[in-house]
Amino acid sequence: MEKFDITAAAQVEEVLNWALANKQSLEVVGGGSKSDLGHEMQTGGRLSLKGLTGIDLYEPAELVMQAKAGTRLVDIEAHLAEHNQQLAFNPPDFGPLLGKEAGLSTLGGVFACNLSGSSRIKAGAARDHLLGVNGFTGRGQAFHTGSRVMKNVTGYDLCKLIAGSYGTLAVCTDFTFKVLPKPEKMRTILIYGQEANAAVLTLRDAMSSVHEVTATAYLPANIARKAGIDFVSDQDAAVTAVLIDGAAPSVEFRNTALREMFADSGAIEELHGMRSNAFWSFVANAGAFVADQSTAVWRLSVPPSEAAAYLFRLQQQLTELEYYLDWAGGLIWLSVPASIKDAGAEIIRSELKDKGHATLIRAAADIRNAVPVFQPQNPVVQKISEKIREGFDPQRILNPGRMYPVA
Amino acid sequence: MVMMPKPDPDVLAKRDYLITRLKEIVRNPEGVIDQEAGLRAFECDGLSAYRQLPMIAVLPETKQEISEILKFCAAEGVNVVPRGAGTSLSGGALPLADGVLLGLGKFNRILEVDYDNRCAVVQPGVTNLAITDAVKSDGFYYAPDPSSQIACTIGGNIAENSGGVHCLKYGLTTNNVLGVEMVTMDGDIIQLGGKHLDAEGYDLMGVVTGSEGLLGVITEVTVRLLKSPQFVTAQLIGFPSSEQAGDCVGKIIGAGIIPAGMEMMDKYAIHAAEEFCHAGYPLDVEALLIVELDGPEVEIAHNNSVIEAVAKACGATVIRQSTSDEERMTFWAGRKAAFPAVGRISPDYMCMDGTIPRSQLPTVLKRMNELSAHYGLRVANVFHAGDGNLHPLILFDANVPGELEKCEQFGADILKLCVEVGGVLTGEHGVGVEKRDLMGEMFSEDDLKQQQRLKCAFDPDGRLNPGKVFPILHRCAELGKMHVHNGELPFPDIPRF
Repeated sequence: MEKFDITAAAQVEEVLNWALANKQSLEVVGGGSKSDLGHEMQTGGRLSLKGLTGIDLYEPAELVMQAKAGTRLVDIEAHLAEHNQQLAFNPPDFGPLLGKEAGLSTLGGVFACNLSGSSRIKAGAARDHLLGVNGFTGRGQAFHTGSRVMKNVTGYDLCKLIAGSYGTLAVCTDFTFKVLPKPEKMRTILIYGQEANAAVLTLRDAMSSVHEVTATAYLPANIARKAGIDFVSDQDAAVTAVLIDGAAPSVEFRNTALREMFADSGAIEELHGMRSNAFWSFVANAGAFVADQSTAVWRLSVPPSEAAAYLFRLQQQLTELEYYLDWAGGLIWLSVPASIKDAGAEIIRSELKDKGHATLIRAAADIRNAVPVFQPQNPVVQKISEKIREGFDPQRILNPGRMYPVA
Repeated sequence: MVMMPKPDPDVLAKRDYLITRLKEIVRNPEGVIDQEAGLRAFECDGLSAYRQLPMIAVLPETKQEISEILKFCAAEGVNVVPRGAGTSLSGGALPLADGVLLGLGKFNRILEVDYDNRCAVVQPGVTNLAITDAVKSDGFYYAPDPSSQIACTIGGNIAENSGGVHCLKYGLTTNNVLGVEMVTMDGDIIQLGGKHLDAEGYDLMGVVTGSEGLLGVITEVTVRLLKSPQFVTAQLIGFPSSEQAGDCVGKIIGAGIIPAGMEMMDKYAIHAAEEFCHAGYPLDVEALLIVELDGPEVEIAHNNSVIEAVAKACGATVIRQSTSDEERMTFWAGRKAAFPAVGRISPDYMCMDGTIPRSQLPTVLKRMNELSAHYGLRVANVFHAGDGNLHPLILFDANVPGELEKCEQFGADILKLCVEVGGVLTGEHGVGVEKRDLMGEMFSEDDLKQQQRLKCAFDPDGRLNPGKVFPILHRCAELGKMHVHNGELPFPDIPRF
């Protein structure tokens, strides 16, 4: 297999032309933290964007940054932090979950997979913060969409299509995205000992309050125990968590109000600063499923109010599964023992009853080859998606089969 | 004037046949309009300089009817223009002489309000404001608030990815929609998204939003509902120059504050608005900011004091804070009436809609004044300052021969200027007909072709809303080809790194 480690955007065009001329397909990678997410591929070449790094534009007062695809997320976040800013969608780092080291994740990988952390319910997803993209399509043609301004309805919003396309449409060389002020203060309110049913209602009430909640999660006791965070792992109890952030006086006020609101829901504790950050990283990165790499891990998006009933149905059939909830119940993380055939795919997906979708984030290669990693689509949607892909990459040279099988 | 595609004589020739068949498809006998008097109601949208009677107007009542209409039109080779309330400012709903105008006004029901999941499922003909009205007694609202919100429909909001004054904090339509159901030109009814978050494969909902009715006909929308903020206040801040006002906007954001709304008006707009509705605006300033904050009272008090200090440091000469909801509404009344206010002092005006990087504001205003002198047409500016979305209002008199053309030329120059300084042709009004022929200013030929390939995936025969957005319509078969040199694929030196 040919390996191309490029360091300049123009080289991407050369590699694509090589692939087209030689009828070879390419695996497109960044830091490699998520290279095992998706179906296994057989490609003639490997195009690494890891060496394509650097921040090209950053204007804090305009809340905008442009950086090259291979720039590491940790570097972007550190740079933003110097100006008291952040990526408000708090992108997770799936490296450790997928058996890799932490910190490999690149900007390109984050947008290619449209990955967002716990604040997604308030701040929006990665795709909501993506303003512009430069790159090359599978036709080997330069490709540009969007801009550097927040408000832009000129032509189709292809940024939305690129986000979450897992590198199957274009090789993106740089991204322009929205950044936001880092909150001055954060508080995580913990309520101990709730059952899933009650917790989902608590999360709903928190989200429906006037207190501008940023994130909400529920960890059953067996998951909380693995967090390695004081007040979370040492309580031997399930933890319902509500994050608020913002200006200090505002956080103080909302903190008090929410504690009063949930005074009867269970014993209450608070996490500040570092512990609060550690807690939400643990939640977003699926930290609970890192130590035991043998299990299959699913990430499901469902209507929040359906979460508890869905889990109940699932637990009747998959007794050994572990789970926890993010996004007010709308994001379910599942860990299924390796012994279960098809990683539980059939049950997990059929019980969704078309409300939501399930992605197999981690599983052994043979399972990923046998089970659709991404939710199977309605045939009409699938047909349109396939035609879109064909429009971008007619020879199917970019990450072929990573999302859906090559037709 | 932008030219529309030439009507197809074969289609016009079978008009009677099409009417007969459409009357069979649509159950309501009044759902097919073929008389000129009735068609007149649809001849233009908010961009009233462009007018065209549709060949036939159809007002279906069920999605099955829409599906059958589209299937029939596809089979007969007839173009279709979807229409909500017709408030588009870019001609997105401009009819075609050989096309069926598909009016969605009868889809006006709120189907479900789901507080457990903080969303509402509505039909496309429901107005933007009606969604908020339906949930506000329970303390919720729908965030995007285009200024036409009393009339514009949510289906049209999806088509245009509408914004409003609160986008900086709460996002555009695309950031507040969870799901859409739509009918493709083939007549297939598909659901994209729902009450859950994120797409399972490609984000088709994301590209359908803002696609100006070119990809499908929306039949149902699931929108995100937010809890109404506890308190809302506004500040009026006047400056001796627009540079200082622009500087202040940057510094407010730099201080870590994202206001719910942050609007700027120039002297001309301030005077017109003040004369029109007596909002109490200071008349001795060159630029005026309205800064709205929402949230808990303590947060507002805290942020207001920060903003006041920042504004003073930037040279503000007037700082006035609303002390009641009535006063806040008065502050806004002037801004919201800026368009009619300008309309009152000029026989006609054209509203432009570009976005620029905010730091370019002084440059853009200076160049705009030069252009104003060059064309001999006055211009007033209102500006969504937080997100850089500029609305210059060019004043002209359509009864003066040549003035409309001059105004269009001036407008085009402004938009080209926006692109030149790193901005875009349209921030929230859409390309439609109005800015169609300027697309080449922003996109290369290859990029425009790539966008049209997306269209081909949904509507390969180009039946939905042709003549909008893209200056040149390519056939999908032609777009599908790879570019080939001398019968071979390009074969450069093989790179090894």
